[in-house]
Amino acid sequence: MRSRNSVMLLLILFLTLAAGWIDLPGTTLDLGGFKADNPVREGLDLQGGLQVTLEARPPGGGGIDGETLQGTRDTLERRVNALGVTEPLIQTRGDNQIVVELPGVVDPDQAVEVLRETALLEIIYADGASLPVGTLVQTTLGSVAGDETATPGAATAAAAAPTPDPNSPIYETIVSGDDLSDAFVTRDPLTGQPLVAFELSGDASETFYNFTRDHVGQSMSIVLDKQVISSPNIREPISGQGTIDGMTALDAQNLALQLKAGALGVPLEVVSSRTVGPSLGADSLNRSLVAGIVGLSVVALFMILYYRLPGILSVIALIIYTAISFALFKLIPVTLTLPGIAGFILSIGMAVDANVLIFSRMKEELRNGRPLERAIEGGFDHAWPSIRDSNVATMITCLILYWFGQYTGATIITGFAVTLFIGVAVSLFSAITVTRTLLRALNDLGAIRNPWLLGLGRHDLDDASPDRPQPA
Amino acid sequence: MEHLAGRRNLWFAISGLLLVPCFFSLFVWGLNFGIDFTGGSAWDVQYDRAVNTEDMAAVLAEAGRPEVTVQQVGDAAEHRYLMRLGELPEGSDEKARLTDALGTLGTLNPDAEALETVGASVGQSIRDRSVLAVAAASIGVLLYIAYAFRGTQNPMLYGLCAIAAMLHDALFVLGVFSILGRFFDVEIDALFITALLTVIGFSVHDTIVVFDRIRENLKLNPNDSFEEIVNHSVGQTLVRSVNTSITVVITLLALLLFGGSTTREFVFALLIGTIAGTYSSIFNASQLLVAWQYGEIQGWFRKIIGLGRNPVRGPSINEA
Repeated sequence: MRSRNSVMLLLILFLTLAAGWIDLPGTTLDLGGFKADNPVREGLDLQGGLQVTLEARPPGGGGIDGETLQGTRDTLERRVNALGVTEPLIQTRGDNQIVVELPGVVDPDQAVEVLRETALLEIIYADGASLPVGTLVQTTLGSVAGDETATPGAATAAAAAPTPDPNSPIYETIVSGDDLSDAFVTRDPLTGQPLVAFELSGDASETFYNFTRDHVGQSMSIVLDKQVISSPNIREPISGQGTIDGMTALDAQNLALQLKAGALGVPLEVVSSRTVGPSLGADSLNRSLVAGIVGLSVVALFMILYYRLPGILSVIALIIYTAISFALFKLIPVTLTLPGIAGFILSIGMAVDANVLIFSRMKEELRNGRPLERAIEGGFDHAWPSIRDSNVATMITCLILYWFGQYTGATIITGFAVTLFIGVAVSLFSAITVTRTLLRALNDLGAIRNPWLLGLGRHDLDDASPDRPQPA
Repeated sequence: MEHLAGRRNLWFAISGLLLVPCFFSLFVWGLNFGIDFTGGSAWDVQYDRAVNTEDMAAVLAEAGRPEVTVQQVGDAAEHRYLMRLGELPEGSDEKARLTDALGTLGTLNPDAEALETVGASVGQSIRDRSVLAVAAASIGVLLYIAYAFRGTQNPMLYGLCAIAAMLHDALFVLGVFSILGRFFDVEIDALFITALLTVIGFSVHDTIVVFDRIRENLKLNPNDSFEEIVNHSVGQTLVRSVNTSITVVITLLALLLFGGSTTREFVFALLIGTIAGTYSSIFNASQLLVAWQYGEIQGWFRKIIGLGRNPVRGPSINEA
């Protein structure tokens, strides 16, 4: 019993030290870049930034299929990466919406402009060279050189993204997304290799036929928003339909999605947006921290005054609880938002509740004349069903909140649900393991001889039974 | 303490009295829905000096936005103003124009600006989902309690009484915000729904602790009357209920006093919900169990549907 408790004590000490180490700000005492890889993630409302919900509105009305939406999402991701935002979040929602979250973005106006652009897909001729994927190029369509057919959007997108070297050659655009009617993944009937098949419409097939006929054996490049996404070799003249081979199934899937989305050129409308200035966020963060520290201190004071020695133990358990929860926020990672911090501070209250329940039960056992060791065990055993049931009910609410937050696309609500859930889960652990182990350890040390320390009046024990709490 | 269960009609009456203005406000004035539900924009700006809100509204009306309402938010020294208006897309030319117009009244701090725009269709679907979320939470909790109390005579009854107490708390929070919306222009947003769901969770959390004690005492003292058992159980958990409530209220008060203005209404909703939740777990949920067990609730229903029969009374009803 005693040695098992020592093992638990060591385990808790180790966990606390590990959590404390993870919690240390920045890369203090970093080992092998572990901490650098697990920073605190601050939500929009804390570090400022932009959240936009875009809705795909295909020209001529009608719906948009899942693949095209996915392709459009990928296009947005590439543009966002070009903006240099750290930790962007881009996800599709429902049938036709894409939620983009850009924390810390400095110029929301410009970011929205960049996002709203329809993708510009081109097939270009790079003077026969095979351009590596990711190269930024200038083309005759919508370039600085000024083609009459350039959409005003294309110019903005090019200006917002890291611009290619202005001295780089301007390549000729053979066909653009408007000329592409479809793209899909298929397999070579002979070899079984994945292929991306594409179809051209109308006049473009003739233009493309003439181009490919003249450049057999050379490379062409497929360019999305002025960035090369593929540079296939021209094997034979292509008129209406062609295929691209030599890719893994996954690459083929991605390329087909991009071609398809680019072909449609789906216009995106901003249906909702949220921007928060950076200094507003910093102010909120500071205020929440102050509130957290004040709240925690007053609760600690209350617990110690009311429950005395067990109160001190529960405050230690509370500090360990806070350290472990915060370490989990960093590791999982959980994006911290203002309501998230509120959820966490609220979960402190619930963590205290588990301790309150246990101590009340323990006191009752002592009043009924049980020796201290039996009172500790009895207190835990009797308090457990209500701790379990009440916390499971809170967890159910958290799951529903999470679902609700996912739907509204607000990390602000999912953040609250996730932190409250983790908080409740960790509080179950801290109450059952940490408080119990500490109480047992104190009992083993024979440290609790005075009933006053347990929050009992002397008469409580005398009335109930001649048994005094005896150290085991 | 001895008469907690005996005075149950008094506790029900207090809850009833508190809920009357809530019902009145909800039915007559309804809720003041914010842009999360109706669509539109909320635009938060900071000036370097105090600016007259009427001047701001006038300047914006001149720039083509007569529908705008302006109010000062945060501490007075911060010079922060919140404008509510129809949809104003981020990055639009109109926004740039309105910013210029506002700039004529003082220097704006671009780093302390926040703009939230919600499309009308998005707002409608958030409203639908909110109702669904609250309903799903209730049903989930009801089923869990019925499962957790499967060993008792009437597991569903425990679930239903917990839900009744929970609805009491939710109605109270909704009613208070309806009144605040009417007189102080406080709006309901998606964050409020979050607070409401949390209150529901907390209320049930509190109720379960009391019910758990009843479950235990029923086993320990099978010969006692149900009323005595409930009375005893509430007494045993009273200190714990109040202490837990105090710790949660302390943390919420800290957030309310020191936290940012963004979450002030959210925290306030949590605060009144927590207090209502503690009241209802002590004075309503478990007393409803007794009232049902003694056939009083069935009696009320019979009266309401006009059968006029006297309710079957329990053996140990006292002066209340």
